[in-house]
Amino acid sequence: MSRLSRSLSALMLSLVAGAALADATLLNASYDVARDVYKDYNPMFQKYWKQKTGENLELKQSHGGSTKQVRAVADGLEADVVTMNQANDIEFLADKGLVAKDWTKKFPNNASPYTSAMVFIVRKGNPKAIKDWPDIAGPGVQMIIPHPKNTGNGRNTYLSAWAWALKQPGGSDKTAQEFLGKLLKNAPLFAAGGRDATTTFMQRKMGDVLITFESEAEMIAKEFGKGEFEVVYPSLTMQTEFPVALVEKVVDKKGTRKQAQAYLDYLWSKEGQENAAQNYLRPRDPELLKKYATLFPAVRTFTVDEVFGGANKAFATHFKDGGSFDQIYGSK
Amino acid sequence: MVSKSQRVLPGFGLALGYTLVYLSLLILLPLGGMILRTAELGFGQVMDIALSERSLAAFRVTFGASLLAAMINAFFGLIVAWVLVRYPFPGKRFVDALVDLPFALPTAVAGITLATLYAGNGWLGRYIEPLGFKVAYTPWGIVVALTFITLPFVVRTLQPVIEDIEIEVEEAAASLGASRWLTFRRIIFPAISPALLTGFALAFARAVGEYGSVIFIAGNLPLISEITPLLIISKLEQYDVLGATSLAVVMLALSFVLLLCVNVLQWWTANRHKNTEPLEVAAGRAGGAQ
Amino acid sequence: MKSNRSTQEPRWVRYSLMAVGLGFLFFFLGLPLVAVFVEALAQGVPAYVEALSEPETRSAIVLTIGIALAVLPFNIVFGVAAAWAIAKFDFKGKSLLITLIDLPFAVSPVVAGLIFILLFGAQGTFGPWLADHELKIVFAVPGMILATMFITFPFIARELIPLMQSQGKEEEEAAVSLGASGWQMFWRVTLPNIKWGLLYGVILSNARAMGEFGAVSVVSGHIRGETNTLPLHVEILYNEYNAIGAFAAASILALLALVTLVAKTIVEWRMKKETEMLNTVLAPEKTQ
Repeated sequence: MSRLSRSLSALMLSLVAGAALADATLLNASYDVARDVYKDYNPMFQKYWKQKTGENLELKQSHGGSTKQVRAVADGLEADVVTMNQANDIEFLADKGLVAKDWTKKFPNNASPYTSAMVFIVRKGNPKAIKDWPDIAGPGVQMIIPHPKNTGNGRNTYLSAWAWALKQPGGSDKTAQEFLGKLLKNAPLFAAGGRDATTTFMQRKMGDVLITFESEAEMIAKEFGKGEFEVVYPSLTMQTEFPVALVEKVVDKKGTRKQAQAYLDYLWSKEGQENAAQNYLRPRDPELLKKYATLFPAVRTFTVDEVFGGANKAFATHFKDGGSFDQIYGSK
Repeated sequence: MVSKSQRVLPGFGLALGYTLVYLSLLILLPLGGMILRTAELGFGQVMDIALSERSLAAFRVTFGASLLAAMINAFFGLIVAWVLVRYPFPGKRFVDALVDLPFALPTAVAGITLATLYAGNGWLGRYIEPLGFKVAYTPWGIVVALTFITLPFVVRTLQPVIEDIEIEVEEAAASLGASRWLTFRRIIFPAISPALLTGFALAFARAVGEYGSVIFIAGNLPLISEITPLLIISKLEQYDVLGATSLAVVMLALSFVLLLCVNVLQWWTANRHKNTEPLEVAAGRAGGAQ
Repeated sequence: MKSNRSTQEPRWVRYSLMAVGLGFLFFFLGLPLVAVFVEALAQGVPAYVEALSEPETRSAIVLTIGIALAVLPFNIVFGVAAAWAIAKFDFKGKSLLITLIDLPFAVSPVVAGLIFILLFGAQGTFGPWLADHELKIVFAVPGMILATMFITFPFIARELIPLMQSQGKEEEEAAVSLGASGWQMFWRVTLPNIKWGLLYGVILSNARAMGEFGAVSVVSGHIRGETNTLPLHVEILYNEYNAIGAFAAASILALLALVTLVAKTIVEWRMKKETEMLNTVLAPEKTQ
């Protein structure tokens, strides 16, 4: 009995000690592939914060599908900050009153510290000579993408192709929808997610082109080898943003506003920007962009705000039930 | 007879009371809450969601593939359970332990692995696809995934019942001249059929709700290989929780009716077998019929 | 033993049944299992071990086993009680009750998780009350335990009901009429009779509790090293292009499923010892 109580008190002590070590704890709820970015960023920020204030910060991470994550935050997951890969997800939190209504103005660059672009991954030597969107819509080409309605990755591809068709001479919503119809006919399947699409393309050798984030290309190289594929930049593609926001309700309740604000601000510091670049995400800092020019070739991009009038509107028009995607598949 | 045994055996009130309370707290309360929330939408709107072309196609795929998978498992599961209980062979323990694997493996891993096996360049796909039969990324892929996911049910419900069959009864039948096949049909099969039906029902129920493994191998094309749970997720991606729960409620109602039918059937077979034919009588009859 | 031939199928039947049964298991279980280990060991044993010794993976293993153990006693008590009431007594509405027990299987796991969010989440029925009392259920371990209980509670009951049904109630009635108390009857007669069914039920519900992804994923919050179970961790690792880590973690779950082997062996061994003891006790009487 005494041994039990002793080990129990030891356990309690270690718990108390663990809590005492940290002056404050932040929880960062992120999208599912954000780990590499924050794995290096978190210790960097801890060190910076310790030097600046003497406080020991504990940083916790939560990873999951972007929409799933914000739903969890709305349902009570006490995240101090959200770092997502879809603006409409943060809009959702703003609607719920958890995030400031003007969250895009709270930080520079539309509150997105780094960006990426949707690119084509083709097989070595580009045997089907895929250079731009119409090459994928032609006969005899198979395209591998995640589900356009249910995944952010798939939605970005869909909107990229739509924007391209819209900007062609004589382009309209009607021609764009027709183009998407042709394009989607070339999808033999819709993968469960970005990673699954990659596996299907690289490991199971299905399809002629995979469409995904530019940053994913380097991850693919890491896993499957660099010589196996080529990256093709289409004539127009989406600049994908990675918006961040403070969860006002949580930081007020926990009293962590100062730390949380600094945590997000630091993403725009030289160190934070460099870390993004090293994870193959395009930094906002023009100097760094120049420094890593070989990683990030110039590409003509559009933003969702420019072409679609905002993430929420794009989502409602195209991906809600009965939206343009459903219309293409002939159902209401 | 009924009332007598109720008086003889203790614990009925306690056991049933506990069962009902536990069931209410853990199942009826949460499910009831979900149904109430869905009712906010109104019956008409729920039906609109459930009866849309997309939903109907998904219901067909989901319930069709689940039935098929449960039937495959009922047939092969019976053979597997029989072999595992009755026949000695080297490595039997290991094979026996393997049966639980589909439960322990996270569904996503199962889906990814099966898709890799059945893809055009996979270990199995490379032999199947040249025959003109595609499994991965077709509705057949869904059947394969569901068969894998629900495999333990039939085997594991049958095993203890087969273990329990008294060999003496079979011996008696044999000594009365019944052939092995007749003994199986008249004695063994009636004894195990309630468990077989139970296993079938459970496999079917579980298959209907399965999502994690299926999406990796189904292909998820609208109207062709979309399952209902995928539509539920799709609603959630639109932050439409009530739309999601209304699909879930309709699915639940359908499963409930189907399960109830199977359970009534199961109870009926069990009672018929027990009330009219004790094993010894059946043994005599099986022998006499020769 | 003497009439082996009369209670055994002809040799060709036996061999074909074994071929069909084992062939089915090979294609549907063996190959996937091998594929998991091939992926996990794609870069050799050191990479495999390294993937498993990551602190986040280890904490996920501990959490997964912890939740499974927490759920187990509830499932056993419910399973035995429900099976006792249903299999040994006749009452109205029995099929309905069994169907209610089956129902959680038919609920899509994601929805199962969602149900608890609707009840205990910040926007849920009891959410505000819980927040006022500083109680946390969802996005914490209690919610994960609840979701796992919901997913796994039918297993033991459903395993026991057909078994107890086929056994009838004569033995228990005999025990009671010989003056045994309720508990004596249960420990001496019922439990020995149902032990295999109970064991299978425990093993199944354990395997499912450890492998569950959908429901737990909704209520967990995915906090790394804190509320990430092994299946959730597997998904995260896979998405991060850490296939070795993902499949290594999955292989651990597969190995945990193989504890069946150990559990069954132990039970068999103890039974054998018991019968041996019984035999030595009874042996002198027999010779007299």
